[in-house]
Amino acid sequence: MTAATKSKRSEPPPAAKWTHRHLLGLEDVSADEIRLVLDHARHFKEVSTRDIKKVPALRGKTVVNLFFEASTRTRTSFEVAAKRLSADVLNITASGSSVTKGETLIDTVHTLEAYRIDILVMRHAASGAPHFLSRHCTSRIVNAGDGMHEHPTQALLDLFTMQERGKSFDGLKVAIIGDIIHSRVARSDILGLNKLGAHIVLCGPPTLVPKRFEEFGAQRTTRLDEALDGADVVYCLRMQFERQQANFLPSVDEYVRLFGVTAERLKRAKPDAIVMHPGPLNRGIELTSEVADSARSAVLDQVTNGVAVRMAVLFLLAGVN
Amino acid sequence: MKRNGTCLITGGRVIDPSQNLDTHADVLIRDGRVAEIGKGLKADKAATLDASGCVVAPGLIDMHVHLREPGFEYKEDIASGTRAAAHGGFTSVACMPNTNPVIDTPGVIDLICMRAEEAGVVNVFCIGAISTGLEGKDIANIGLLVEAGAVAVSDDGKGSQDNYVLRRALDYAKMFGVPYISHAEDKRLAADGVMHEGHYSTLLGLSGIPSASEEIHVARNAILAELTGTPCHIAHISSAGSVRIVREAKARGVPITAEVTPHHFALTDACITTYDANFKMNPPLRSEDDRQALLDGLRDGTIDCIVTDHAPHSWSEKQVEFPYAAFGVIGLETALSVACNELLHKGVLDLRGLIDRLTCAPAHILNLNTKGSLRKGVDGDVTVFDPDAETTVNADTFASKSRNTPFNGWKLKGAPVATVVAGHVVWNARAASKAEA
Repeated sequence: MTAATKSKRSEPPPAAKWTHRHLLGLEDVSADEIRLVLDHARHFKEVSTRDIKKVPALRGKTVVNLFFEASTRTRTSFEVAAKRLSADVLNITASGSSVTKGETLIDTVHTLEAYRIDILVMRHAASGAPHFLSRHCTSRIVNAGDGMHEHPTQALLDLFTMQERGKSFDGLKVAIIGDIIHSRVARSDILGLNKLGAHIVLCGPPTLVPKRFEEFGAQRTTRLDEALDGADVVYCLRMQFERQQANFLPSVDEYVRLFGVTAERLKRAKPDAIVMHPGPLNRGIELTSEVADSARSAVLDQVTNGVAVRMAVLFLLAGVN
Repeated sequence: MKRNGTCLITGGRVIDPSQNLDTHADVLIRDGRVAEIGKGLKADKAATLDASGCVVAPGLIDMHVHLREPGFEYKEDIASGTRAAAHGGFTSVACMPNTNPVIDTPGVIDLICMRAEEAGVVNVFCIGAISTGLEGKDIANIGLLVEAGAVAVSDDGKGSQDNYVLRRALDYAKMFGVPYISHAEDKRLAADGVMHEGHYSTLLGLSGIPSASEEIHVARNAILAELTGTPCHIAHISSAGSVRIVREAKARGVPITAEVTPHHFALTDACITTYDANFKMNPPLRSEDDRQALLDGLRDGTIDCIVTDHAPHSWSEKQVEFPYAAFGVIGLETALSVACNELLHKGVLDLRGLIDRLTCAPAHILNLNTKGSLRKGVDGDVTVFDPDAETTVNADTFASKSRNTPFNGWKLKGAPVATVVAGHVVWNARAASKAEA
């Protein structure tokens, strides 16, 4: 039995209609709308299994990947997704703040819009940059990660992967481990999982997992074993080494000792628990190679599913008047 | 600026907290000074201002503005900033020293005074730096600054980060009788924060500025004010903890006062959910609990006065990604309306209390003995306003060079009607609206 056929089919088909001009985050996306994206992603995933991996859905449309931060994985995933929908794709990388370049972000995007583009996929180091831009531009915007705020398509592909691995969200225990406060992935995952009824446990030192996250409906613990106990999904976040210099952590060694996921410690999770990571992963730090390469690891599934989910998002946005 | 005008203001409700006055009467200003308050006054050759249906108050004083001249005239200058003050009902402003060059030499004060004489519409007072270059290392020439006209010393925008230097500066400043105005902020704790650290900063993924970064400095200032005996005034107080510390210090007799801005008592960090940089300021908009504590502080007198912290910024400094936007908003042209709407009509302060916090209190803190009052013989500065007039904020009509207001489009109850400086009507809304018609 493949992973895909194991996924739950008992959930009713989504009743929602996609009405958002932009995908800025999951905060204002409903549970039904999330299910709608996942449902479309399931169909688009099939496209990637064909000999000719292309459908004409976005033929004649122009998608611009505007990345103000270095990114290979997310950018190429969006590029593959857009091309499989037959869109024309323009990749633009820019470094640093628009202010320091001497041109405002608004001017940069107005220049691009003069080419009559349709969808702007934007990554930016500043939280809220796509929200700010949405007030000044006519094209659809997909937030591909804004500062420490949200990374909605990552969360959608995470949800899709969980669903595909046979997880039903209602009551699902998801342990998210690591640097929560600085993680846009964690924020979007928390928002998405919450809407779908999952039980979220955040784990890490208090410097990286402040108490305030409990206000978002998540449980919080500083003990890894407690987070792993009976978990259905173990989601490790990438360790950002610069945090050590900023006094969030005493050392990487201590972090590994306290919060590194090993095969031994993973025994506390449910026998069919899966391990996820947004990548790129630091082997031997967030999790051991033994765990990363085990059958429980869904890391490569996440990468594959990223294309299907992003195809679904681009398709749905293009259809909104 | 002409200084000896004669003007008769008729038919208004005259409220002057400095002499416990609340009466319907005329106010006569002769040769730039208040000459008489009474019924049925006549004056030949005097400009007459009809104040019927309005409140006639001592001229409003804003003891915390940034006029940006010298150095940042593209944002504001003395001419435009004082015009904005007049449009907002302010007859006097005190400008902060974080100009370029910094107000740390008598020459800069001379320059500002000269420009204010030439192009100013309202009275301009200077606040000198407490440390050279606002760097917090060496005590500025406070004596020379006071001699040149400085009415207070401050490290506004920076915050004195070195407790030893501040202690010595306060000891030294004591002999000149000027207050220290504290920008209370521990920069290390504030770190790279861009908004209040709380629920919304967590949700929005923006770095937070904890209330503790302000409260630590407020507590320190209270301790050093007690130690040195030099009056310490807390600028733009924003958190519940700060209000509590000031209240406790005042109860112990410490020479400490505090001010609040309209944006801090009217808005909260929940406003930032759209990432609009017109809600970005320092200190940041805080939580609803903090806002309620500020209102309590105004009610019980812990917070002495209302200021604008008028901080003009150009379009390109605000229409950018939120973390990169400049801190600060303008307020001269909206302060009175926001205060009427949020304080008077919501029962936080009565008219007397509101006027006190905009006139007598700042005059007292800055030792401006001829301002903030309508007593016979004092400077003939008067503000006429209609507390019930309905107005809609339209930043496009502002006299300020900048437009960075969080109140654009707000419908407010209460508006300035006319501004009189030394007996000259420097702004009259009714005349302006007739001219427009």
